[in-house]
Amino acid sequence: MDDLETFREETRGWLEANCPEEMRQPVRDDDDVYWGGRNAAFKNDAQKAWFDVCRDKGYTVPAWPKEYGGAGLSAPQAKVLRQEMGRIGARPPLSSFGIWMLGPALLQFGTEGQKQRFLNEIARGEIRWCQGYSEPGSGSDLVSMQTFGEDMGDHWQVNGQKIWTSYADHADWIFCLVRTDKDDKYRGITFMLYDMTNQGVSTKPILLISGNSPFCETFFDDVKVPKSYGEDCPGFVGQVNRGWDVAKYLLGHEREMISGMGGGEGTAAIGAAIKRNVGEIDPVLRAELAMFDVDALAYTAMGEKFMDEMKSGKGHPAQPNMMKYVGTELNKRRHELVMAAGGSRNLEWDSEETSGGKPSRNWLRTKANSIEGGTSEVMLNVISKRILDLPGA
Amino acid sequence: MPLFHDEDQAMLADTAAQFMAEEGSIKKQLRHWRDRDCKDGFGHGLWKQFAEMGFTGILVGEEDGGMGMGNVEAGIVLEQIGRNLTPSPFLTSSVLAATALGQGSADLRGRYLPGLVSGDSVFAVAIDEGAKHHPERIKTMAEKSGNGFRLSGQKDFVVQGASADMIVVAARTAGSGDDESGITLFAVPKDAANMSHDAVRLVDSSMATHIRFDGVELDGDAVIGEVDGGRDILNRVLSAGRIGAAAEGCGVAGGAMDMTVDYLKQRKQFGKLIGEFQALQHRAAHLYSEVEIARAITIKAGQLLDARDGGNSEKADLMVSVAKAKVGKAASLAVKEGVQMHGGIGMTDEYDIGLYMKRDRALQEFLGDVYYHAGRVAQISGY
Repeated sequence: MDDLETFREETRGWLEANCPEEMRQPVRDDDDVYWGGRNAAFKNDAQKAWFDVCRDKGYTVPAWPKEYGGAGLSAPQAKVLRQEMGRIGARPPLSSFGIWMLGPALLQFGTEGQKQRFLNEIARGEIRWCQGYSEPGSGSDLVSMQTFGEDMGDHWQVNGQKIWTSYADHADWIFCLVRTDKDDKYRGITFMLYDMTNQGVSTKPILLISGNSPFCETFFDDVKVPKSYGEDCPGFVGQVNRGWDVAKYLLGHEREMISGMGGGEGTAAIGAAIKRNVGEIDPVLRAELAMFDVDALAYTAMGEKFMDEMKSGKGHPAQPNMMKYVGTELNKRRHELVMAAGGSRNLEWDSEETSGGKPSRNWLRTKANSIEGGTSEVMLNVISKRILDLPGA
Repeated sequence: MPLFHDEDQAMLADTAAQFMAEEGSIKKQLRHWRDRDCKDGFGHGLWKQFAEMGFTGILVGEEDGGMGMGNVEAGIVLEQIGRNLTPSPFLTSSVLAATALGQGSADLRGRYLPGLVSGDSVFAVAIDEGAKHHPERIKTMAEKSGNGFRLSGQKDFVVQGASADMIVVAARTAGSGDDESGITLFAVPKDAANMSHDAVRLVDSSMATHIRFDGVELDGDAVIGEVDGGRDILNRVLSAGRIGAAAEGCGVAGGAMDMTVDYLKQRKQFGKLIGEFQALQHRAAHLYSEVEIARAITIKAGQLLDARDGGNSEKADLMVSVAKAKVGKAASLAVKEGVQMHGGIGMTDEYDIGLYMKRDRALQEFLGDVYYHAGRVAQISGY
């Protein structure tokens, strides 16, 4: 047996012994997800027990180095762990923008002091982060953002507004793009880190068409952002005025992540499940479902190929844009079909039978898939320029 | 297994790409034979070169003098065939017939495979009855007669049937309608009495025949595999052929797309390269995505098919249909966008883009179109 197979055996045994039965059920609600943070509360004992064992083993962030709270797993080992967790349907013990976004940025651009402090806090679920990127006037054209930090010597005084900050009202800290030089569009942005309890920070949830409010408007009025949090621990990532490099890296990472997720629930075949749920299917709908399943199953193979190529360094660097474009468009189509198959039952907005309007709210939520993290139109721009090398307009 | 080519496969791809671009080009082969109204629709000289390259016997076992490779490797050659629209008997002889013969007796293999490997023989496969592909229903009958069989019925869309030295025929030896069992595959030599061809040229300049069997007498040794037990072999033949056609379709799609993207970078209107217009950029980028995905599922299905005897045959069946359907969608999009984006010259015979559209149409119908395979995906999935 090779090392990887030994690791798989061990992992199976460990999961069997440590993952509570309740944590092997599919995530149904947002409160099934544990986000961590100063004000976090566990939904039940099983969620806490599962989080605790994973934190102690470094499995909240398995591939991060041990000294930063991870388990130091190699890429193939991390894949084995993902596979084995997937096999028993184990939920992620901790979800957070710290794990998905800030962590990778710090691993790439952070100082040793920043890694020691912030990565460990993230891995242990102590601090919940949110992301301050978009502004009311800067969506797809993110680099036009205006939130400004005036240099006050040992700190910046930040004024401005962010929008679409996910869960900002629950977050402890923010990683935020702030303009620090008004004369240089690309080289005038700093990637700052600061506490949401600082004076002058306020949030206002945005009510969406789904009836939920996962996003906020976030306002900064004379917020004092320290340039340093102690030795070797600056209050910004990378260099001052070079935050766009970090942001670009993270946008790429985000698209990769969204496309990685696209390989899961978003793209599985749905015809069989719909047949089980609704019984009779109209013939033309059946045909549409079959066409969807063709596209979804083919995209799953693409996801596998994409991951294999990424790992071996063969993939085109702009390929995540294609994955994001196709994956999100598919997910929207999927929910259109779910709505059609469910008929009037799926129109119910808060009935018990629909768990509070889950089908319709989820359907509406998916419309954001092709807007957030780069719109489909921006993805197509990137593909045509960077992959097809079409001339600039 | 990673979903990209390993070193040997990458080398095969390079070799096939170079060979097909040089020897199998549109000018040298497709246009050459078409403009001479060739009755075969392909050149036998090129087929001999295929043999020298080792392509003809790519799916033939090493014990039978072949390369003993898999459907992924055959697909690599087919993708290049698709890119160059190279007319050849590769798909019918080296994929479909070779897969059928591989399940036959040593005697049968010895009779036919050496000729295939050497490029001296060409084989065809007769499955369809009627204008649409429905291999579940086979009406052509082979009744027991003495030590052998008497074959009666009609087959359609037998690609290169009139050029073939032997035709693999799927016939019913027991049962009726769409019974699973009772199917037998026969190797019918071209000079069999009471067999008549109605050869037709297709839209893509390839040749096919409608074949009538009016009591064709066959010896018992013409049977491939077991009498009444041909359904499994037929399914293998269909899977290999479908994934082969999908791989060729990827080549057609990729060739048409590349040609079109190049054109967007050359053609000027309104004082600009037309590739600067976002309306066209977005369509090209969408097309790129579809073609990439079609390639991915084709490799995936090929790998599953090559591993089918290790189990997973239902998943392989499912993915083969996903691949044939997905490639059908992507390739159809590629040729339609290709002609449209070329504008008026896309409608001229002088430009090659129209040839891609024609080849795609024929490949779509071959062994089941998008609708057939999407339906099969639903059926296998249980809805």
